[in-house]
Amino acid sequence: MTSRIAETFARCKAEGRIALMPYLMVGYPERGSTMALAPALEQAGADLFELGVPFSDPLADGATIQRAAEQSLRNGVRLPDCLRTAADLRAAGLQAPLVMMGYYNPFLQYGIDRLCADAQAAGVDGLIIPDLPPEEAEEASAACQANQLDLICFVAPTTPEPRIRQIAQIASGFIYCVALTGVTGARTELWSGLPDFLARVRQHTDLPLVVGFGISTAAHIRQVGAYADGAIVASALINTLDALAPEAQTAGAAAFVRGLR
Amino acid sequence: MTTTIDRPGRYGPYGGSFIPETLAPAVAALDDAYRAAQGDQAFWDELNALHQSFSGRPTPLTHARRMSDQLGGAQIYLKREDLAHTGAHKINNALGQGLLARRMGKTRIIAETGAGQHGVATAAVCAMLGMQCIVYMGTEDMERQKPNVFRMRLMGAEVRGVSTGSRTLKDAVNEAMRDWVSNPESYYLLGSALGPHPYPAMVRDFQSVIGRESRAQMLETVGRLPDVVVACVGGGSNAIGMFHGFLADEQVDLRGVEAGGRSAALGEHAARFSGGRPGVFQGTRTYVLQDEDGQIALTHSISAGLDYAAVGPEHAKLHDDERAFYTSASDEQALAAFQALSQLEGILPALESAHAIAEAMRLAPTMRRDQIILVNLSGRGDKDIFTIAGVLGVDV
Repeated sequence: MTSRIAETFARCKAEGRIALMPYLMVGYPERGSTMALAPALEQAGADLFELGVPFSDPLADGATIQRAAEQSLRNGVRLPDCLRTAADLRAAGLQAPLVMMGYYNPFLQYGIDRLCADAQAAGVDGLIIPDLPPEEAEEASAACQANQLDLICFVAPTTPEPRIRQIAQIASGFIYCVALTGVTGARTELWSGLPDFLARVRQHTDLPLVVGFGISTAAHIRQVGAYADGAIVASALINTLDALAPEAQTAGAAAFVRGLR
Repeated sequence: MTTTIDRPGRYGPYGGSFIPETLAPAVAALDDAYRAAQGDQAFWDELNALHQSFSGRPTPLTHARRMSDQLGGAQIYLKREDLAHTGAHKINNALGQGLLARRMGKTRIIAETGAGQHGVATAAVCAMLGMQCIVYMGTEDMERQKPNVFRMRLMGAEVRGVSTGSRTLKDAVNEAMRDWVSNPESYYLLGSALGPHPYPAMVRDFQSVIGRESRAQMLETVGRLPDVVVACVGGGSNAIGMFHGFLADEQVDLRGVEAGGRSAALGEHAARFSGGRPGVFQGTRTYVLQDEDGQIALTHSISAGLDYAAVGPEHAKLHDDERAFYTSASDEQALAAFQALSQLEGILPALESAHAIAEAMRLAPTMRRDQIILVNLSGRGDKDIFTIAGVLGVDV
């Protein structure tokens, strides 16, 4: 059976476009926001979603996502709520693949096997765990496999060639290519080395390459569309939400995503 | 027991390296560089020479006679790390890693600090070696450790306040890691036996000078080993350095003392072994104070240096193996110990070290007069006088 993630990238490729993957911190800005935002963004052209699970100490994230995580936690959102949100989105008819992004400790405390079983049942398609390098991922990788989830691997500009090859061998779903040497956060310019970096990764895999970190504007998406299969937009979307009055946020976020095309 | 390590970076189920991919090559390069340095006698010769000429090692062993007499039980001996340059054991690690950074050709050093003792030690080493020094410190810690903030700046370090989260040590570590992720060519001089491999092993090795010296000094001056060795445990670097001198001496009872804070409620203390459970935090698997969902708990201690949600992974292994025992002392007990040592021995201990003194004061009366408790007096208390004056209601 082809996974929803593989199907989506195949469809985007056939249509000759890059897949758009907005990041939504579950329960941000309001506890129930994700239920309104995800369907609206899907309508506006989002192909996949990265669903952020809030964590108290997100050390790979910049100020924007840190703040969103703090707010989501204040809104009372925890991992079980994130799983419920995924299930509710599926029940409401959302078609796009859902990739759940969270730091390792909340997943570990929930129980990795239990998490993967529950995520699969909720209609989640994959997991992204930024503080779980492949060396430590044995348990999570086995549990994901047993539940038909993709455990998404990262490569970074600092990752040396032999390690890219090793990571490509164990990766599934897509490869998350970190677009800069730093933390998440909106940027004005893309890193000039990005095309060469993506070309290096491409040599080792046929999996879709998705760029994230710093991708903020339609111009960025056009640029990375030349060499990547997908783009994640996170902090720039959160900044867009923050700039709007609560009642204008859903429509405003949809307009932002439409504008990225 | 000879060692607590099963394979590099693992302490039973604890330890490891839980870091973002961007840092994986930097951490691997550090591991390689440290292993090369480990086998290079010239590296250790230079470190030992600087320990003598710069840090003031070996630090003395002091018999706390009046305190021992007053308690009426075991004899208390103090390993005087408070007399090391910059006022605490932190210089042992800062100097070792500083030399390693120089050997790796690094010129920009990042560090985090809680009480400020590691920041001051790092600032001193960077000044001495001519390297740029950036120290992240929670703004709450900056407030309660003002003298150390000023000392760092006097030695040319840039102190960057961290006002996210609880504005204490864990947030400073997050921010230092974010800097390192953004600048992987910089050297992250982590201050405790924590974080991803190789830090817990490397910091322990640099702090093991405490245990080695102490063991030799006990044999030389008293003619026997102590019955009990006590050290306070924040991240646990002074304790692991002290304990390693006695790990092979199975008859020696090793005791780590965590911060009991104000109460046993989550958020009111930093006693990871009694109040926490295994988890993954800031690069390592160990005992972590956390809520049911795995969110990292806030902590409290009168001493900034013990106010941290996780404990070094090797302590987690020693705890599970029951080779070391972990207790806690409350804010109040630490304060009483601070006053007792000041008045009976003329030594102002750091509030961190006062937790170890408190445990010794509790144990001594239960022991015979010919028994010995060795306490690692990990730092001096000058930095804490404003905190203590505040608690005592005195205007300084």
